[in-house]
Amino acid sequence: MSSSLIKNKPQVTGSSANESLDFEVRSLDTICVNESKQYHPWWHNLKYLAAGMLLGIIFIKAEIVSWYRIQEMFRLQSFHMYGVIGSAVITGVVSVWLIKRFRIRTIYGEPIVFHPKKFNKGQIYGGLLFGAGWALTGACPGPLFAQIGTGATVVAIVVLSAVAGTWTYGFLRERLPH
Amino acid sequence: MIDFLKHPWPWYIAGPLIGLTVPLLLLLGNKHFGISANLRHVCAACFPAGISFFQYDWKKEAWNLFFIGGIFLGAMLASKWLANPAPVIVDPGLTGELAGYGISTKGGLLPADLFSWSSLFSLRGLILLIGGGFLVGFGTRYAGGCTSGHAIMGLSTLQWPSLVATIMFMIGGFLTANFILPLILQL
Repeated sequence: MSSSLIKNKPQVTGSSANESLDFEVRSLDTICVNESKQYHPWWHNLKYLAAGMLLGIIFIKAEIVSWYRIQEMFRLQSFHMYGVIGSAVITGVVSVWLIKRFRIRTIYGEPIVFHPKKFNKGQIYGGLLFGAGWALTGACPGPLFAQIGTGATVVAIVVLSAVAGTWTYGFLRERLPH
Repeated sequence: MIDFLKHPWPWYIAGPLIGLTVPLLLLLGNKHFGISANLRHVCAACFPAGISFFQYDWKKEAWNLFFIGGIFLGAMLASKWLANPAPVIVDPGLTGELAGYGISTKGGLLPADLFSWSSLFSLRGLILLIGGGFLVGFGTRYAGGCTSGHAIMGLSTLQWPSLVATIMFMIGGFLTANFILPLILQL
């Protein structure tokens, strides 16, 4: 496994120079370019584990992982999810504005960078397909992992199926309209 | 305090807290909130199969795998120690509709009649869990993000392609929940 990864690395840097590649492929390279030049040992990632735990607790306590809340949202039977997503976006907009306005840096003192997303037809076709999956499973990718945490172990199969869906997209993407 | 935490949290507490994930990840290390990318990292790590879309250094994105590990752990802790002792409240209209398909809304956050191993081996459970999961994985990557990457992170940075994606999520979900899901639940 690790030897095949090392072999793949030159391909990644080689492909980032290729202009024909679109945003989805480039995005990970740009993240890598802009990402910290500092290399941290693995346990630095535990701070993201802690951040994830806070989010997992909120997901349960606000019942965002509930299949019923998602059905009520799409049937216009409850305001709850609209309130959650709407107020999350407003908080995000204000936070990002403050970060840009006061040029706030990361805890390592590096400037915070944003990447523009490019429009392609995938946002329409893919968006409709994901919306359908969201209505069926009652979960977007984050809550899927939280649903398993509630003890609904069968959702692990849903996650595996989602990995299969992502793989199928990667396999077909050259032939799909974008 | 514990009593307060055990009640379901209202949207005006949960929403802003979720929104704060955006600056938190940026401040911790320039990370962009986007959970569906993990499904791609799993493909890149386990089944790259020579597909160019999966040829990148996924180890640099390992932070995101820790992040979803945290979501799983946090959900487990909250269900164990902060669980709401009262049964989940479901809209009466939805309860009535689901009762017509033999689905009980008594119990936890997920209907046990659909989210169980025995349901997986029924036709409607199979379509819902396997089909739904596949659409989540395929659709999010085709759209380039999910609710976190587009609806929250994308809209927070005022990107109009993310607004298009979010509107499409809602249209796809609206049509499916109201017109397709009833057909599946009848099976």
